[in-house]
Amino acid sequence: MTDLPIYGVMAEFDEQEHFLAAIRSTLAAGYEQMDAYSPNPIEGLDEAMRLPKSPVPLIVLIGALTGALLGYSLQYYAAAIDFPLNVGGRPLNSWVSFIPITFELTVLCACLSAMFFGILGLNGLPQPYHPVFNVPQFGRASRDRFFVCIEARDPQFDLANTRRFLEDLGPLGVYDVRE
Amino acid sequence: MPDGIEELSRLEDLPPVVEPGVTPAGITDQIAEVTLKHPHTKTWLMLLALSTVGVAALTAGLAMLLLRGVGVWGVDIPVAWGIAIASFVWWIGIGHAGTLISAILLLLHQSWRNSINRFAEAMTLFAVMCAGLYPLAHLGRPWLFYWLIPYPNNMSVWPQFRSPLVWDVFAVSTYFTVSLIFWYSALIPDFATLRDKATRRSQQYIYGILSMGWRGSARHWQNFESAYLLLAGFATPLVLSVHTVVSFDFAVAIVPGWHSTVFPPYFVAGAIYSGFAMVVMLAVPVRKIWRLENVITLRHLDNAAKVILATAFIVDYGYLMEGFMSWYGADTYDSYMMFNRMTGPYNPVFWSIILINAGAVQALWFKSVRRNPLALWVMAWLIQTAMWFERYMIVISSLHRDYLPRSWGMYSGTIYDWLIFCGTWGLFLFCFLLFLRYVPMITMFEMRQTAHKAASRGGYA
Repeated sequence: MTDLPIYGVMAEFDEQEHFLAAIRSTLAAGYEQMDAYSPNPIEGLDEAMRLPKSPVPLIVLIGALTGALLGYSLQYYAAAIDFPLNVGGRPLNSWVSFIPITFELTVLCACLSAMFFGILGLNGLPQPYHPVFNVPQFGRASRDRFFVCIEARDPQFDLANTRRFLEDLGPLGVYDVRE
Repeated sequence: MPDGIEELSRLEDLPPVVEPGVTPAGITDQIAEVTLKHPHTKTWLMLLALSTVGVAALTAGLAMLLLRGVGVWGVDIPVAWGIAIASFVWWIGIGHAGTLISAILLLLHQSWRNSINRFAEAMTLFAVMCAGLYPLAHLGRPWLFYWLIPYPNNMSVWPQFRSPLVWDVFAVSTYFTVSLIFWYSALIPDFATLRDKATRRSQQYIYGILSMGWRGSARHWQNFESAYLLLAGFATPLVLSVHTVVSFDFAVAIVPGWHSTVFPPYFVAGAIYSGFAMVVMLAVPVRKIWRLENVITLRHLDNAAKVILATAFIVDYGYLMEGFMSWYGADTYDSYMMFNRMTGPYNPVFWSIILINAGAVQALWFKSVRRNPLALWVMAWLIQTAMWFERYMIVISSLHRDYLPRSWGMYSGTIYDWLIFCGTWGLFLFCFLLFLRYVPMITMFEMRQTAHKAASRGGYA
């Protein structure tokens, strides 16, 4: 396995605060192409990682507006243009009666876009293969361990130096990640 | 933590949210073990066998219905909606507690919800499945159900969008879809945990596929949390709208006993009331059989009982207002409807509802009842029965005597009504048991957060 190209170097931590401090030091040292892995969301992780704001709210807003427009125009087209029918003397565009379905479709499209474009799309899921899983210790990233991975595509990356840098942060272990 | 949660909770003598000794790693192992190693298989198999009897009853009832038509039910004129519609309203109401726990309590930062939201959401999904069967079966020609969906067709007609029955189609199907998305999105990180912990090849493959390559990157969590909160934000008005639309099925009609403006809030409160009773009905045996008393604590039962008590008062207010309006409105038909409910042929239904929903439920004022799993479980069964009776009263006792005494009549369900009703219980139990065994029944990643917080606060979070 050692002859496979290198994807990055990964350090393992068992303490949340220690993990956040390690992320801050990594970024302060000028590394940019890195990622952090944790078993659950952590308060302050976004700030430590200096992540830009998530585009999910915008995506969901667009989804919601699309749903609203779709819902109302569907009913308007069907009830006022394509199949006009006088029901109890109500106007053809009886908008009050059209609100429930417009609302339901707003919610439906907003939630579908949150799931498919937000959680799945932005995260690149489903993803059948990723090099980080080649590290056996990474199995605990979904239980109780925290990982920082500096990737080889970072301009500052140098296998020996980066390894030493991560070891100086005091992790439980440092591992090479192969592609 | 200096925020005083522990001091406040101790001052109010509240049980802890998690028992001492629950750690992030420990709780992960405890919950994953149920899915990966299948402890208590014997009890599980016995319950599963029981539920398959129900599923068989459902199949038999539905087969007869499809062969002979809705005539096999007791429905006729004047009571054209019988037990089927009462049970539809009842089942869909049960689902509402799941969404309330997972979405509304998330927005309100009630982190005690973390150990019950997953199975409450599963309860929602299965209850909506049972509910959805009824209107489909009630169509008369269920194989033409797609006529309810607006699609360009060669008959040149559209569904009638001004009808609450069409709103219902959209409300219930949206509710099911959104509940499924909400449930599955939070399952992705948990399936990843199972994938990583599994030792059997088949489990690694299946949970690997289900987790879709989740690796818990900071970027994953950021998008996930943002989307999850937004899903909760949309699910909250959705859950209120669903039972509102269900109540419109009645309130928009002119039948005395249906045509009432109090219906939407009264239905929504009733839904949450019976839904929480269902949460208790499920949580009490589940925590006992799978030894989850350390994470589903007396605190959860206590809180559920408080919600039940609070919503009972909204429901009672609904009863009171129905009575008041039929007197104050001075409409002959409306006041007769009320008089008939109290003294007519279906009066035991009315009085048992009042006895339980306004009387017996007051026992929940007492801490000793709220924190006694067995007492609370019995209470939950009573409430569930009363809520089914309430829907029976609304649907049947309103229809059986309306404007024209000439067209009055009586209704009783046939064997097929009861086969299908018991059958939906079987289906619900069947799905729920499969869920308990193959899906982590408690949200592991949220429990890791709770355990982390609670560790420094003596079990309070």
